[in-house]
Amino acid sequence: MERIIFYFLAFLIIIFAIASVSSRKMLRSVIYLLFVLCSIAGVYFIIDYNFLAAIQLTIYAGGIIVLIIFSVLLVHQIEMQLEIAKLSKKIITGLACLLGLAVFLVTLYFNEFTVMNTSTSTEVSEIGALLLSYEAGGFILPFEVVSVLLLAAMIGAIVIAKGTKLSESNKKTV
Amino acid sequence: MIQGITIYELLTVTSILFFIGVYGFITRKNLISILISVELILNASVINFVIINKYLYPDVLQGVVFSIFIIAVAAAETALAVSIIINLYRQISSVEVKDIETMKY
Repeated sequence: MERIIFYFLAFLIIIFAIASVSSRKMLRSVIYLLFVLCSIAGVYFIIDYNFLAAIQLTIYAGGIIVLIIFSVLLVHQIEMQLEIAKLSKKIITGLACLLGLAVFLVTLYFNEFTVMNTSTSTEVSEIGALLLSYEAGGFILPFEVVSVLLLAAMIGAIVIAKGTKLSESNKKTV
Repeated sequence: MIQGITIYELLTVTSILFFIGVYGFITRKNLISILISVELILNASVINFVIINKYLYPDVLQGVVFSIFIIAVAAAETALAVSIIINLYRQISSVEVKDIETMKY
């Protein structure tokens, strides 16, 4: 049963990822990305990391997709077709990506992984305790650094998106 | 771990996802499409962290914590990129890569 669900999710991930990088309509490509992210949340659910799946659904599917859709609506006409790359460039890039994928898969399949067969389910309180612990192996410092980074990104986004000074100086030069 | 699914199959899926992202990053000519491709690449790396944690070291949680940090950094990066795109659109009325010369210096 889990096997069938996993193959279905993998199929969805790959098909919608290809659709997302090759669709010529901007908004459709964002919606395909939304389907990819939801399928990835499904993968997290079946390997029993419920907290990560919830984070994936709220931050990626809820936050980032909405941000990207907003920027698409502010910037584009919806019906506008995207400019596509030249066919030769597409073929060369596709061949290079296939070559890289072949190298990845060859190294992967010749590597012996020592897979543990014990299956422990994790609780959210363990993740929280690990994030806030001071002891060796605790993650209190990166946790605080990420909080400062998020604050800086928030202020930076507001300052950059306002951008009045830059456009005034542009008008003067024109 | 998933019953009946080996780590090789999961890592194959994430490798394919990563290279689809790289393909989109190179061939697309629009800033928002490039942002979408970067999201695909980041997601592939997050799944790799989670899978390796679950299959090879199931009694520690380091992979989960690192994937939470990656998601936080991706959120910050997307917010900044969207604000830069909107500002650029106000100044030059375009988000195509070939039109953007004001950020070159």
